[in-house]
Amino acid sequence: MNTLPQQLANGLLLGSMYGLIAIGYTMVYGIVQLINFAHGEIFMTGAFGALTVYAYILPHGTSMWAAVPLMLIGGAIVAVLVAVGAERFAYRPLRQAPRLAPLITAIGLSLALQEVVRNFYPGADKARSFPSLDTTHDLGAVTIKDADIFLIIAAIVCMSSLAYFVRKSRTGRAMQATAQDPDTAQLMGIDTNRIIVIAFAIGGLFAAVAAVSYGLKYGNVDYRMGFLMGLKAFTAAVLGGIGNIYGAMLGGVVLGIAETLASAYINNIPGMQQLGGQSWANVWAFCLLILVLLLRPQGLLGERVADRA
Amino acid sequence: MTTMTTPVLQASGVTMRFGGLTAVRSVDFTVNTGEIVGLIGPNGAGKTTFFNCLTGLYVPTEGTVTYKGTVLPPKPHLVTKAGIARTFQNIRLFANMTVLENVLVGRHTRTKEGLWSALLRGPGFRKAEKASEERAMELLDFVGLAAKRDHLARNLPYGEQRKLEIARALASEPGLLLLDEPTAGMNPQETRATEELVFAIRDKGIAVLVIEHDMRFIFNLCDRVAVLVQGEKLVEGTSDVVQADERVVAAYLGEPFEGDPGTAETADVAAAETGAAPQSSTTSTKGEAQ
Repeated sequence: MNTLPQQLANGLLLGSMYGLIAIGYTMVYGIVQLINFAHGEIFMTGAFGALTVYAYILPHGTSMWAAVPLMLIGGAIVAVLVAVGAERFAYRPLRQAPRLAPLITAIGLSLALQEVVRNFYPGADKARSFPSLDTTHDLGAVTIKDADIFLIIAAIVCMSSLAYFVRKSRTGRAMQATAQDPDTAQLMGIDTNRIIVIAFAIGGLFAAVAAVSYGLKYGNVDYRMGFLMGLKAFTAAVLGGIGNIYGAMLGGVVLGIAETLASAYINNIPGMQQLGGQSWANVWAFCLLILVLLLRPQGLLGERVADRA
Repeated sequence: MTTMTTPVLQASGVTMRFGGLTAVRSVDFTVNTGEIVGLIGPNGAGKTTFFNCLTGLYVPTEGTVTYKGTVLPPKPHLVTKAGIARTFQNIRLFANMTVLENVLVGRHTRTKEGLWSALLRGPGFRKAEKASEERAMELLDFVGLAAKRDHLARNLPYGEQRKLEIARALASEPGLLLLDEPTAGMNPQETRATEELVFAIRDKGIAVLVIEHDMRFIFNLCDRVAVLVQGEKLVEGTSDVVQADERVVAAYLGEPFEGDPGTAETADVAAAETGAAPQSSTTSTKGEAQ
């Protein structure tokens, strides 16, 4: 049986999730040149926000049709608040500091958020079960779950609204202007602090959408889920060209597909039998990153640094 | 010169210190409606520092700046909103945006939009967007760039980039336009065209304050000229008064020549090195030659 279509679909789905998270890295980087290493944890808090709505607020037996939108709202509120709070209290005071200071702050914040959730969220130190959408649909060559349909629709809606928002709206233009030259943008009447807050908020929102998709797909969440997903999404952002929103999505999809295909098929190559399977997926993902950085350091859609200035 | 003398911009006793260095020392300065005022002075005289005090980039250590009677807010984006727009000594366009988009960014403070109306693209949003675009096109037409609306700003030739900066500044519907060396790097024809443009802007009822090194340009253009030397206002008056003032000549060219052959040339070189356009006979002959 030909498994390729199924593997491609799996890769595309995983990649869409990476892409949604990668938006948060790339937008913040594009505007303040900060790599927000706490973004993976913002994704994680989004998942717990959604879980809180399901487990503690909604009555038992609420239909998933009603629950999912409310979980999205709950997750989004938590993730956006954490993202905006991080900007306001952790990064803004360091705006003029050397580049290394906010970077270390980001790592510290990431650990702090993990520990807060681990210690204070009931049962979060082990995996907590999350309502999943497991009903499967057989589409011939490909079998997908309801959770996958949710993910793909969410990714398409999010990405197309974002692309439209950035290119066509007044605030989007102000974002582009701020990314290109914050000082001049300010003198053109743009409140750059507000633009930075919006970038963080959009990142948080997209991370929450990804987090709900993750929970619905895998059926459990834990306090460490943000680490690897965040790292992969960051990889996707760099792969696509950091600072470029289309790059983030493309990078996510490329990374997801490459990783899935490599773990599925690489053991068919003679002499590489031991290198297949899920446990090697991360190795192949980061190999791809190294390869792209060697051959095209600015990423797939990135501009050379010289062009940015 | 117009007879109206309502002050648009009034700086009184503006002093700017950086640690022990006093870059601007108690400068009083007024720009009235309908006026074109020039600010000249050798490099390092504090012109740009003074400009930055007017745009909210710096908050003066002492003294106040008022725009139409209200003290300027200390944030650049609020100053722009209040009605002061500027261009830059080194062109600072949004290079990767189109000509039209640059002007639309300039309109930021004059447009309103909610996040949701933008995403849902309601009729109100489309109408506002269309009106904003029409206004932007008017301005591009005014500076002569309407045909290049979809070009990327970075692909424009130098002179047109300067024009685009002016259009972008005008897009915020200012009452006062600050031009920081608008003819830097221009050839005489482009300089002449810029002169015409500045007059046209004045005729729209916008007061203009120009920093410039090109003396011919300044004296042709301005109703009034102020000279800043070492942070202090040395002279202020009409072009004739300022041009005749010996202290101004001294500030630009050093002490009067001693008649020693070669001194004049040395002074010219020194003036050129400090970026000041030499005022000696060499420039005036070049000027007449065009």
